[in-house]
Amino acid sequence: MNDLRHAPARLLVVDDNKVNRLLLTRSLEMQGHSVSSAENGRVALEMLRRNPVDLVLLDMEMPEMDGFEVLEQMINDPQLRDMPVIVTSSLEGIANVVRCIELGAEDYLAKPINPVLLKARIGASLEKKRLRDQQKEMVRRFAAPEVVQDLQDSGFALGGKRVDATALFCDIRNFTALAETQPPEETIELLNTYYALMFDAVGSHGGMVTVMMGDGFMAVFGAPSPLSDHAQCAVQAAQEMVELIELFNHERRAVDKPPIAIGVGVASGEMVAGYAGTQERATFTCIGDTVNLAARLEAHTKIALRPILTDGATRARLAADTGVEALGPIQFKGKANAVEVFAVAGSMASG
Amino acid sequence: MTTPTIDRATYDTLAEATGAEFARELIDTFLQEAPVMLDDLRQALTSRDANRFRRAAHSLKSNANTFGALALGAMARTLEIDGAAMADDQKAQAVVALDEEYARVAMALSGMRDE
Repeated sequence: MNDLRHAPARLLVVDDNKVNRLLLTRSLEMQGHSVSSAENGRVALEMLRRNPVDLVLLDMEMPEMDGFEVLEQMINDPQLRDMPVIVTSSLEGIANVVRCIELGAEDYLAKPINPVLLKARIGASLEKKRLRDQQKEMVRRFAAPEVVQDLQDSGFALGGKRVDATALFCDIRNFTALAETQPPEETIELLNTYYALMFDAVGSHGGMVTVMMGDGFMAVFGAPSPLSDHAQCAVQAAQEMVELIELFNHERRAVDKPPIAIGVGVASGEMVAGYAGTQERATFTCIGDTVNLAARLEAHTKIALRPILTDGATRARLAADTGVEALGPIQFKGKANAVEVFAVAGSMASG
Repeated sequence: MTTPTIDRATYDTLAEATGAEFARELIDTFLQEAPVMLDDLRQALTSRDANRFRRAAHSLKSNANTFGALALGAMARTLEIDGAAMADDQKAQAVVALDEEYARVAMALSGMRDE
């Protein structure tokens, strides 16, 4: 089995002292790593910004730009922030070591460096970096980029905050019946194509899919990052979704497959956005009356026989030229008062 | 002097870890670089540049210890840490002593390189 602790890595040695630089480079090359070197902090940062590495071995006492300044610049640079640094120095005084660690250094090795210790520390640092990279990759795959950014900027905390946003619900009409008429492999393939098209429409209008369930999903426009014209964006995304399904149906007809239809409900207003779940497992979600209304509107598309339905709050924020038809007040289950419902033309051209 | 000029075990570990040929090349590099550091130290003393003085002593200490030149390393370390608090003539004396110790180290290392 391949031991990842000793897998070759790209390393950068930063030291103004030629003997130290040559010695450390040699030791690391003998451990099988690919090593480049820089003679001061300024050169090192230039190299790192051009060619990122897996690990930096950084001397502190250097002319032009010392190690402390390098650490400071790295911590403030999103591109370099996560790159691990092992300080290799013969600095005197524990206060200096503490300062390095506080500035984000992963470890500290006193010179002259013991080769066995060097190997162990590098192995541990690389392994930690690999796990971090893997974690980031997993987060990227299972969470929207907006959520990843929000988590990176603000950290994770259960609980929510009130936001002004637009919720969108969508599902495939008669999906259960359709699924029963074809093999499951074909259903999965259909779902994957459907989701790819819908995610694209949502994402390209600044929205984010928060929940997926079977053939249905919920998307939010305006959270976690604020979006000034979230209602307009959501409605445009809904129109694009309907158009994309029409194009998709064109392809399906060509191979003698039945067309599919979607229903979309859009509602705007205040909602609570945040992370719900447990400390171990949580998801970004939006809840509140506005979200419930969007779900009700989506369900009502079956009765209204219109692909996109929206509420008065969304309607009021749309551009004047958006094709909208008032369907009158509808009494929804769980709502005290009747809600004014509007149908949005499925395609921007046919408005 | 109880400390030997070169601690043979330190040097042998270095040669073993990096290869004898590389260790010889590293001696050459040190013999080229060390006089520059000593020069730096003397100039810093004359120009009373405390920071430069400390940095030069620091580099010398670090390299001396790499080769097992423990006495030279200890003398350089004293200058690095206490240099700022020492009187000029005291520092000048210490630099002279450092020069003499370096001469012994250079001779010993040259001999080892040609072994």
